[in-house]
Amino acid sequence: MQLSRADLLKAYRTMKMIREFEERLHIEFAAGEVPGFVHLYAGEEAVATGVCMHLDDRDKITSTHRGHGHCLAKGCDVDGMMAEIFGKTNGLCAGKGGSMHIADLSKGMLGANGIVGGGPPLACGAALAAKKLGTGGVAVSFVGDGGANQGTTLESLNLAAIWSLPCIFVIENNGYAESTSCKYAGACHDFADRASGFNMPGVTVDGHDFFAVHEVTGEAVRRARMGNGPTLIECKVNRYYGHFEGDAQTYRARDEVKTIRETRDCIANFEKKATSSGMLAASELQETSREVLAQIDDAVAKAKAAARPGAADLLTHVYVSY
Amino acid sequence: MSRQISLQQAVNEALAQEMERDKTVIVMGEDVAGGSGTQGEMDAWGGPLGITKGLWSKFGDRVMDTPISESAFVGAAVGAAVSGLRPVVELMFVDFMGVCFDQILNQAAKFRYMFGGKAVTPLVVRTMYGAGLRAAAQHSQCLYPMFTHVPGLKCVVPSTPYDAKGLLIQAIRDNDPVIFFEHKLLYSIRGEVPEEPYTIPFGEANFVREGSDATIVALGRMVHLASDAAQALAQEGIDCEVIDLRTTSPLDEDSVLESVEKTGRLVVVDEASPRCNIATDIAALAGQKAFASLKAPMAMVTAPHTPVPFSDVLEDQYIPDAKRVAAAVRDTMRYKA
Repeated sequence: MQLSRADLLKAYRTMKMIREFEERLHIEFAAGEVPGFVHLYAGEEAVATGVCMHLDDRDKITSTHRGHGHCLAKGCDVDGMMAEIFGKTNGLCAGKGGSMHIADLSKGMLGANGIVGGGPPLACGAALAAKKLGTGGVAVSFVGDGGANQGTTLESLNLAAIWSLPCIFVIENNGYAESTSCKYAGACHDFADRASGFNMPGVTVDGHDFFAVHEVTGEAVRRARMGNGPTLIECKVNRYYGHFEGDAQTYRARDEVKTIRETRDCIANFEKKATSSGMLAASELQETSREVLAQIDDAVAKAKAAARPGAADLLTHVYVSY
Repeated sequence: MSRQISLQQAVNEALAQEMERDKTVIVMGEDVAGGSGTQGEMDAWGGPLGITKGLWSKFGDRVMDTPISESAFVGAAVGAAVSGLRPVVELMFVDFMGVCFDQILNQAAKFRYMFGGKAVTPLVVRTMYGAGLRAAAQHSQCLYPMFTHVPGLKCVVPSTPYDAKGLLIQAIRDNDPVIFFEHKLLYSIRGEVPEEPYTIPFGEANFVREGSDATIVALGRMVHLASDAAQALAQEGIDCEVIDLRTTSPLDEDSVLESVEKTGRLVVVDEASPRCNIATDIAALAGQKAFASLKAPMAMVTAPHTPVPFSDVLEDQYIPDAKRVAAAVRDTMRYKA
């Protein structure tokens, strides 16, 4: 799929929004402003962005504990997300979900998920509904390399294949399931190799390269929309922060993240490619960055000022009727 | 005389009528049709006991055989439920919750609250439970207390064909996730069931028998033992009230309390193992809210705290029976403070 200037600018804005959102949360968390568990997506922006560029509101995604990037790329409201992460009543989930459970069903975002491997069966169901209801929609399940080893993921790959579901499994292999290497925990060379066992295409792609992720996913989405079944995509990527905020990351090599940031950063790579090809001007990128930063500042200020839930909110939203 | 059908037929009829009424209702599970991908007949089984037999013939690919992958297909039903379908998924035996509970416990049950009231998950999980088929420890449990414990789920435990049909139709039309428990030994019991569709609201217990001396609260198959015991006790001049809870979540607290306040004596009958089960829940309720009315200690008739045994000698001893229920009532009647 040929990317227009508008597409490129949108992709850049999304990646930049995810990056700045996460960098800011890193600071706010350290300052004690953010309650609970927070898992940052910084470094993996090209994956969520490259995948979700192909999706619209008919399409559903399931996410992971590291879900902010997926939310933003799928179109969730920045203010609503920030308010949710700060536990405020005007958050996307009324302050009842938090970072690990942000969802916006109206955007087809079926939730970040606190359970590793929780999402793939749900994505199969979303894909099944799309097929039965004839919406033309697809479902994408984002899974980490940790989640890739859950039985739910393997069962879901099989189910999606036998029912030829319009479902795409995106394994974001950032090298570590918490503090354990994917090489230790996985018996395969590449997770994408497992696709052949389920009789579906499996592709390994550089998750730092927006253009590569975009191209591979485009093919998978086309296949799914045409009724040709699921695809497994493994994106090799790196996370810039720990498993959770507060993780000292002593399991990583001394300059590992520094080197990756300097040499393989997905946003820097994108900037280089987009400007050297003449598609986008450096000034456009700078302007976009400024706008993004202003939007994040605004979202954080609003989230901090927003009301916390009231005592009566504890008992609401358990059931539709009871 | 009005029409009598079995509980099995009542369940099948409820599914067929709802599938007819609403195209978004689908049925999925292991062998719910049976024969998928074989060279032989399709709709060969209709589930291992034939409960869903005939649905595939009527509704085709809205009745889906699944691989033996409970996590994936129960989870898929959850995902489909938040994406516009109303799936009725069959978990063949409730004992198999062990291989898929996350999708019920942490996904379906949590969506509405965790997403700030924006999710609607109209899911029904039908599942077989209960002892008596010599199926032993992994195919005989009554695990409804574990589901009742989870906020966000509704739990239905019908005792008659009439209730099974009305409660299942309600479950399918309900917008919350519902776990629907069917006792294996009740499939063949017969009772009056109207042909037209009808619903029975959740959280409304059924007064099976009115009485003034003692209240027996029961659910599922235990309702029949309670009724048998009440009948025997009536010969002795003991007048029992029998309450069928019908649903454990929501729970009809008012009916239980009203009856206990009237009779002053409570016996709870529950086939589940005795710790943290429905009997303890009902007893705790009466202890907290009807203490002043009690004339005797409350009694619980339950299975022992053991796995379900295989040997018929042992299993018959394991399952509560009407004699034990009657003995418990007599004990409460004899109690002198």
